[in-house]
Amino acid sequence: MAYDSFNILTSSCVPLPLENVDTDQIIPARFLKATKREGFGDNLFRDWRYNSDDTPKADFVLNNPTYSGKILVAGRNFGSGSSREHAAWAIYDYGFRCVISSFFADIFKGNSLNIGILPVTVSPEFLDKIFKAIEADPNTQVEVNLPEQKVTLLVSGESEGFQINGYKKNNLLNGYDDIDYLLSLKKEIGVFEETRI
Amino acid sequence: MAQKTLFDKVWDSHVIKHVEDGPDVLFIDRHFIHEVTSPVAFLGLENRGIGVMYPYRTFATADHNTPTVNQHLPVQDPLSANQLKALESNTAKYGISHWGLGHNKNGIVHVVGPENGITLPGMTIVCGDSHTSTHGAFGCIAFGIGTSEVEMVLASQCIMQPKPKKMRITINGKLGRGVTPKDVVLFIISQISASGATGYFAEYAGEVFENMSMEGRMTVCNMSIEMGARGGMIAPDETTFNWLKGREKAPKGAEWDKYVEQWKQLKTEEGAEFDLELNYRAEDIEPQITYGTNPGLGIGITQNIPNPSEVKDGEASYKKSLNYMGFQHGESMLGKEVDYVFLGSCTNGRIEDFRAFASIVKGRKKADHITAWLVPGSHIVEKQIHEEGLYDILSEAGFELRQPGCSACLAMNDDKIPSGKLAVSTSNRNFEGRQGPNSRTLLASPLVAAAAAISGVVTDPRELLQD
Ligand code: SF4
Repeated sequence: MAYDSFNILTSSCVPLPLENVDTDQIIPARFLKATKREGFGDNLFRDWRYNSDDTPKADFVLNNPTYSGKILVAGRNFGSGSSREHAAWAIYDYGFRCVISSFFADIFKGNSLNIGILPVTVSPEFLDKIFKAIEADPNTQVEVNLPEQKVTLLVSGESEGFQINGYKKNNLLNGYDDIDYLLSLKKEIGVFEETRI
Repeated sequence: MAQKTLFDKVWDSHVIKHVEDGPDVLFIDRHFIHEVTSPVAFLGLENRGIGVMYPYRTFATADHNTPTVNQHLPVQDPLSANQLKALESNTAKYGISHWGLGHNKNGIVHVVGPENGITLPGMTIVCGDSHTSTHGAFGCIAFGIGTSEVEMVLASQCIMQPKPKKMRITINGKLGRGVTPKDVVLFIISQISASGATGYFAEYAGEVFENMSMEGRMTVCNMSIEMGARGGMIAPDETTFNWLKGREKAPKGAEWDKYVEQWKQLKTEEGAEFDLELNYRAEDIEPQITYGTNPGLGIGITQNIPNPSEVKDGEASYKKSLNYMGFQHGESMLGKEVDYVFLGSCTNGRIEDFRAFASIVKGRKKADHITAWLVPGSHIVEKQIHEEGLYDILSEAGFELRQPGCSACLAMNDDKIPSGKLAVSTSNRNFEGRQGPNSRTLLASPLVAAAAAISGVVTDPRELLQD
């Protein structure tokens, strides 16, 4: 599935200062029954966002009009648990293009990169700075610069670099995915396949 | 050349190409799919106008949202029925073998793979389910993937992954009475936290794992993901070969012997290096139970819920967790009134788990207020339960047996623990709402589950062990 390419993103942020946010919270299992990739954003953080009668919970950040933007800022170990890519779809579909945290669960990170969300790992200290800046000014702007691999708090100019491997970076910059690449290796794969049980 | 670990041997022998400053292109021997995470992948293939490269390397089973009663009737929930239909038509279209609802080999994907010999030592195995790590029990590199990757594997039989770091967890000594493989893995996770192994692939080594049955090894490897690891593996040995021999899809005759010789090479060489080594003693492990909302928040059953300062989770998350569960730090779990008991899932839905459960309930009666869901991992397990006479023991004690599937492990079907109710569950995740909106889960072994089902409260199973 192709996605929009990612270059430099400047946006306000939505803060979620909790640790170990697992993919069951991002999208509960009962919303995984679609056979198409549609409408997952409506159920992003469903049980934190809505009461059981479907009325919004006023105290959850996505229901607070003060906060908006294309960047989700979350506590450490974001995206743990189930491998459901639906979690990344829900985040993308809701309108986020980047998640900043001090630590990501592996599968979530891979899924995000595969669908065009940039997971940015920053130090716990820098994460804290971002949270504080958002607290001081909910409209605070953060620049995520993929070509330079750098996140900047525009209000103070403070910035930090982040890691991403060159291959994935190139994919994101161009909106490519892995399948085009893998199909170009068809011959090598065929030769190898014959040797396997 | 540096000595190789078991993990290196399997990984390196499957790399088709190393991408400069990028991931490895890894060949995948076996691909399992199910109804929930595959439909969008098949749609992707269609949109690209491509097919499945090696259909005979993919196996499909329906498990995640299937009902566990009246499986002979049409599935009531239209969305689930739709996913099941999509799996059926997609597999038929591309010539993929499909053990759907009602098939005599149907069951949870990570139970049916091994029990039919589809899983064999030294393979690379993926599935769109994080507990694919289960297959590591056979010395496989097995891990969960997302739907984009399911599409990738269907299209090319390969996946692109950076090679993870390596860790080894060694436990020597002898496990005490009433201490099961589930307790071993819950103990490890409680020691290193739910994210302690992120970025690593784990190898389990030492006497405890060497002496463990295949079912037990699968339980341990299954939960590797709950400490953040991509997967976990155990070197194949005689236990592995004896367990696999004669299974339907395993090689036969001379070919079998040839493979066994190869598989015997699959072990970590003396002196091979790991990025992280952890050691524990079997004697320090007692029956475990979780009290919080991630699998790392667990304790020995006689211990008290720790203070916020003693856990690795941040204080806000920890408080939220205890608040959700309705527990206080400093409290004991023993004696807490339980409403539901769930025996099943790809963690503890195998024959050995039913034997363990039956060993405690034998000659006793289920507590009246307990609702118990006993769900075999597959039809083969179900059949064995009847053949071994376990069914009679269970039903005399007041228990019913449901039909195979994931069931209350993720509560996608009707098996949902009601809001606020407390469940002792042999599954693998205690996240908020995992077993139903607002339900509360205590993860534990089949013995702890059985003890709770009989006494109605959280009970140390060692008090109820018979013979
Ligand atoms: S039993 Fe649970 S963990 Fe296992 S495959 Fe099913 S949903 Fe996944």
